[in-house]
Amino acid sequence: MSIDAKTADKIAHLARLKVPAEEKQSVAGELNKILGWVEQLNALNVSNVEPLANVNDKALRKRPDIINDGGHPKDILANAPSSTADFFTVPKVVE
Amino acid sequence: MTKLTDLSATEALAGLAAKQFSAVEVTQAHIDANSAETAKALNIFITPTFDLALKQAKESDARRAADKAGAMDGIPMAMKDLYCTKGVRTTAASHILDNFVPPYESTVSQKLLDAGCAMLGKVNLDEFAMGSGGVTSYFGPAINPWSGPEPAKAARKLIPGGSSSGSSASVAARLAMIATATDTGGSIRQPASVTGLCGIKPTYGRCSRWGIIAFASSLDQAGTMTRTVADSALMLKTMAGFDPKDSTSIDTPVPDYMSALGTSVKGLKIGIPKEYRIEGINPEVDALWNKGKDMLRDAGAEIVEDISLPHTKYSLPVYYIIAPAEASSNLARYDGVRFGLRVPGENLADMYANTRGEGFGKEVRRRILMGTYVLSAGYYDAYYLKAQRVRRLIRNDFDEAFKRCDVLLTPASPSTAFAIGEKQDDPIQMYLEDVFTVPLNLAGLPGMTVPVGLAQNGLPMGLQIIGKSFDEMTIFKAASALEKAANFTHKPPFTA
Repeated sequence: MSIDAKTADKIAHLARLKVPAEEKQSVAGELNKILGWVEQLNALNVSNVEPLANVNDKALRKRPDIINDGGHPKDILANAPSSTADFFTVPKVVE
Repeated sequence: MTKLTDLSATEALAGLAAKQFSAVEVTQAHIDANSAETAKALNIFITPTFDLALKQAKESDARRAADKAGAMDGIPMAMKDLYCTKGVRTTAASHILDNFVPPYESTVSQKLLDAGCAMLGKVNLDEFAMGSGGVTSYFGPAINPWSGPEPAKAARKLIPGGSSSGSSASVAARLAMIATATDTGGSIRQPASVTGLCGIKPTYGRCSRWGIIAFASSLDQAGTMTRTVADSALMLKTMAGFDPKDSTSIDTPVPDYMSALGTSVKGLKIGIPKEYRIEGINPEVDALWNKGKDMLRDAGAEIVEDISLPHTKYSLPVYYIIAPAEASSNLARYDGVRFGLRVPGENLADMYANTRGEGFGKEVRRRILMGTYVLSAGYYDAYYLKAQRVRRLIRNDFDEAFKRCDVLLTPASPSTAFAIGEKQDDPIQMYLEDVFTVPLNLAGLPGMTVPVGLAQNGLPMGLQIIGKSFDEMTIFKAASALEKAANFTHKPPFTA
């Protein structure tokens, strides 16, 4: 598996990440190098090994589904790049 | 009398209790040290909070006068700028967060404040903790106070390891008494090794991750950066504990780690994993490892050679699939809408892409792209799921190993501190810095670096002690014995 310029563009789009023009060339190359390096995992047959996502092998704790916080719109908006009244604002998305 | 900046936290607490000096005096001594141009040149602090530290120190003195002092009352600390601190700018060393002021305090930093620590400021790191040299910081790299003995070397600026670069540099330079750090793949243990410090990454789930800016959530843990084993024991006791706000935090008692210090290691089984003798290992690192073995054997421990962790060599490839995958998901929140940088675009999608493109540095972008790729349709099974399967084999290796020994002893870093600019042309060269530390994060195990000696170039080297899950006590027992035997009293050429 290897990443060409077109795939690199697609990944960048999926990640909502604009890659600077001068880096486009090198990005695909670097990702391919890393992918080539991780290919060594192919030496292992692990199809019958259970994937490990949580080292403590415990189901995540659940909390009661009740509201336990809230009512801080000023705090929440304090870091917003743009806001109006108690809302975050973004560029217009509906014509 | 010893300079106040030279005291360990444990020594300072004794002096404070005996009224030999006040918390204000201790904090002021560190602020004065940090105000020197030579200290500023180390580029350690992203956001100093000296006024806040003095205010906290005054409150500490008042508590002590009222006999209400906490477990660490009056200790000046540096805070890795990955911990959210209420009302104090928190950047993760990234342009995308360089104006972010959290409206809340992370659980771990709150515990340290509650214990009476005074916060000197927020210190440098690799951007979003992604790196092994501190060089990916948007604010420029922190400099290692260790420079080697030769003048030519001194002119060549060395890095203090990473990602907890400001944490290691500040404590080594005596510009902070202790520092918080975090470790996702070695970000405590590798910088501790190249700056001659102690640092423990506890078991996954031991410390709350709540309020610490997330990099790879199944691997991230909070931990310590200190000059002595006792300070790490004291600090971890304060930081650890169950937190209902972190669903991966484990509800289990936190033992008194200090009680493990100085206890006999007679009969303790120290395993030596043969796969850590990697090809092309630095002969000095290998020699140090042998020296550490001898020290523990002489102290009465039993060395168990030929412990095998057969899947060790797959740890880095597994890590560089899992960590970027989790990072790409965690960093999706930085979109220019709710906090942080916003770079305008022609429409909403453009604004997202422009913000993230400009806001993240090169290494962070690389990892987001890598993570996005391995999680994308058609590649998820081949990369991400496969890496998680191998991750279980790596964990199983440790389970087997710990049937034959109590702790493992290994190198902590493959080399001494390197210079700015080195290992930066090829990302994989930098990734290899974490060859001895990454397997523990994948297995969730605790590990601690202890400084053991100097290399011929005059730079410090540490060894790593790896423990069983939630058995930090035995790590501290072995670390304390190793510290005593190694008697590492060297200081960097630059100190406060």
